[in-house]
Amino acid sequence: MSLGVVMLVHTAFDRAEEVARHWRASGCPVVIHVDKSVPRPVYDAFVSALSDLADVSFSRRFRCEWGTWGIVAATQAASEQILQAHPGVRHVYLASGSCLPLRPVKELIDYLAARPRTDFIESATTADVPWTVGGLNAERFTLRFPFSWRRQRWLFDRYVSLQRRVRFRRRIPAGLVPHLGSQWWCLTRQTLTAILQDPSRADIERYFRRVWIPDESYFQTMARQYSTHIESRSLTLSKFDYQGKPHIFYDDHLQLLRRSDCFVARKIWPHAQRLYDAFLTDAESAMSKTEPNPGKIDRIFAKAVDRRVFGRTGLYMQSRFPRDDWDSGVTASPYSVFQGFTELFENFEPWLARATGARVHGHLFAPAGAEFADNQTSINGALSNSAVLRDYNPEFFLTNLLWNTRGERQCFQFGPGDTQSVNWRIAKDPNAQISVISGAWAIPLFRSNASFADLRQKAATLQKTESEHLNVLRSAWTKARVRIWTMAEFIEAPMEPLQTVLDEIGAGETRRLAEAPRMVDLRGFGQFLQNLKNQGMHPHLMGDFPVDDLPAHQPPGRAAPRPYLVR
Amino acid sequence: MAGKRTVLNRYRLRLRRKRLLWRAFRSRRDLTPVADRTASVTQEQILLFSTVRNEMMRLPWFMKHYRALGVGHFIFVDNDSDDGTAEWLAGQPDTSVWATASGYRAARFGMDWLTSLQRRFAPGHWTLTVDADELLIYPGHDNCPLPDFVKRLERFNQKAMGAIMLDLYPKGRPDEHTYLPEQNPLDVLPWFDAWGYQVQRQARMGNLWLQGGPRARCFFADDPARAPTLNKIPLVRWDRAFVYVNSTHNALPAWLNETWKSHGGVAASGVLLHTKFLPGTAERAAQEKARREHFQQPEAFDAYYDALIRGTDMWEPGSARYTCWRQMVDLGLMSELR
Repeated sequence: MSLGVVMLVHTAFDRAEEVARHWRASGCPVVIHVDKSVPRPVYDAFVSALSDLADVSFSRRFRCEWGTWGIVAATQAASEQILQAHPGVRHVYLASGSCLPLRPVKELIDYLAARPRTDFIESATTADVPWTVGGLNAERFTLRFPFSWRRQRWLFDRYVSLQRRVRFRRRIPAGLVPHLGSQWWCLTRQTLTAILQDPSRADIERYFRRVWIPDESYFQTMARQYSTHIESRSLTLSKFDYQGKPHIFYDDHLQLLRRSDCFVARKIWPHAQRLYDAFLTDAESAMSKTEPNPGKIDRIFAKAVDRRVFGRTGLYMQSRFPRDDWDSGVTASPYSVFQGFTELFENFEPWLARATGARVHGHLFAPAGAEFADNQTSINGALSNSAVLRDYNPEFFLTNLLWNTRGERQCFQFGPGDTQSVNWRIAKDPNAQISVISGAWAIPLFRSNASFADLRQKAATLQKTESEHLNVLRSAWTKARVRIWTMAEFIEAPMEPLQTVLDEIGAGETRRLAEAPRMVDLRGFGQFLQNLKNQGMHPHLMGDFPVDDLPAHQPPGRAAPRPYLVR
Repeated sequence: MAGKRTVLNRYRLRLRRKRLLWRAFRSRRDLTPVADRTASVTQEQILLFSTVRNEMMRLPWFMKHYRALGVGHFIFVDNDSDDGTAEWLAGQPDTSVWATASGYRAARFGMDWLTSLQRRFAPGHWTLTVDADELLIYPGHDNCPLPDFVKRLERFNQKAMGAIMLDLYPKGRPDEHTYLPEQNPLDVLPWFDAWGYQVQRQARMGNLWLQGGPRARCFFADDPARAPTLNKIPLVRWDRAFVYVNSTHNALPAWLNETWKSHGGVAASGVLLHTKFLPGTAERAAQEKARREHFQQPEAFDAYYDALIRGTDMWEPGSARYTCWRQMVDLGLMSELR
């Protein structure tokens, strides 16, 4: 048989046994290495469980601690044993107890038979790999690592920093170019024997014993010395999570693993019964000649890792509660806040809904209760417009609304008359698009019929509130996209800012505005402001209005100069 | 961030934990064994602890549900039931039962009793602490039983799992429906509020405080601060130093309450399907109102009980219908570990 398998096992012996039987069923000789730290009775039980199989043997045991030489020593011993005992073996496949063949072994054998001179070993120079977690890259080969990273972390760290301080550098044996790569390889007899019978093997070993994680570098480096044809990739599909731990495959990864077309995958959760059932029944399936394609599932894994590290943005729940200033976003999707627009335009809300297709609410933070779009009393039933409920936790009112309406752009009105408790939250939210026409709060006052003393009082309060809000929006911590126009500035050329804001919301297509919202009649507004001033209350947020009638008070529309687009 | 990090606060919490353990120790005298099969408990088994009172209607499905999840042994405290609950439980092979006639409120709503039993039997075990009307589900519960699931949690260094209590309700008043024991409560109570839950952090013990759902919506709209607390920590790898403080909403030492990630990531969490609103709700509410054994200040909840006794239709057009655990994940009510 041309393929031999070396299995490194330290746990989940029943699964290892199943897999060994599976390899054996296709005629592959198997040499198993069991970690020395496995107690004798367990080891004996495992050996006797497999004693009925011919061509399954056990190699000399070494203590395999992660990151140490033991794993390489174990691999060497087992490889020597398999090459010696089975002269027909042309390729040796290094696997672990938690590896699972995904495709019929026959396909792997055929695949290798078609490539008799090829060594499949991932092997890259240190400068080129971004994999290493924890900062030790080239230093793996130039420092000494006598301490265990798992058990003697303190000494490990101290010793590394000491060596860095004294600028210690090891000499790399002449002719060697350090390479790194996945521990799981498949080498030809030719290459493997050349490595094992290297005349200077003792020297090289002495060097690699003090290299950090030699199982990812010894064979990878040596194969470069002797191989005639290296395919720098592993035939074993293995993924690492964001902590650098191997990713574990569970039952629910069944379809994913099927689609990968890889020959072997690791690590498999020992309790993933469905996976073992599915892949160890060596189906007489039609021989597929497909190339392994781990790339197919890379994307899905990247997504899963992202989701674990960053969670779902905008979701607050019992297992996700980002701190206030966590900058990956506090809300689930972009939204728009308009301040002063409903005051200036008579039909702003329906117009905006028509122009953008977004859901346009009134003042969500109005003191009397949230003004949802279409006068609804609640959104999807569960978020009521009650002011009590909203003010109990206004930030959550907002994040909740946005989480539960994701997929549909939300717009709402805001103003100095509203509850101001969420100002900071919105200002710091990169999802927020805030457009303010400052001073527009004066328009309702101007148009109202109240006594002037009251108006004066009200105007003073509103101006103070809005001014504080604007300070928030202009602060250095603000991450929202903020646009502030004074009212005077805005009505000079209202279409241009409107177009800009809409383009930003715009779902893909940029349309030229067909119709403009209707501006309220501002005749006499300048005089109204002057009256306030005469009463000692100086309204300044709206900019400079002439006392006599405005030149641009007439509503813009078809007659108005054509707005130009800002992109 | 397990609670405020000041030395004083930590010391206070330590004293409080010790006091609660002492209370639990003293309450052991209230408990008389009815059926003690704890000798059969093995190392790897998942244990379930619960205090029950007149739960014959819910227990058959409850046991079925948790057996299917892979709970190895059930430990019950029966608080003076008169519907045969204790006898029925004592007849179950994988169950141990203790009985007490003492006051529920005086025993910290049963937690003293459970703590004393947990201190005896639970150390080293993954332990579920739930009420008879709470059915735990978690991501993948249909094909990954608890003994496997907790190993996944251990792999991610998670020593406790939080769950939101999800109030299920029927369409119409609860008492308009009929429920047969051993029937899946979801047949009668398929509806729930898909959202509108809010989360705050409580600084002192570092736990989250979740509120919302149909009860907050229907009964506490004017006083949201009093709305029921929905966060629970039902699944814990137990240690003899542990103690639940307020029901299973929070626990000490305070790091146990850290069931979430604060840097944008996510931990695993589950959902406790709350079957409180099965038929019989009104009768039960009337009894509880009279007994005054629930809530710290029972008087403040009279209006709530009255509403329950009258029977309220909590359903509304926005209500969602329960389908499966994936729905819970999609809605963001629970999260999976991948």
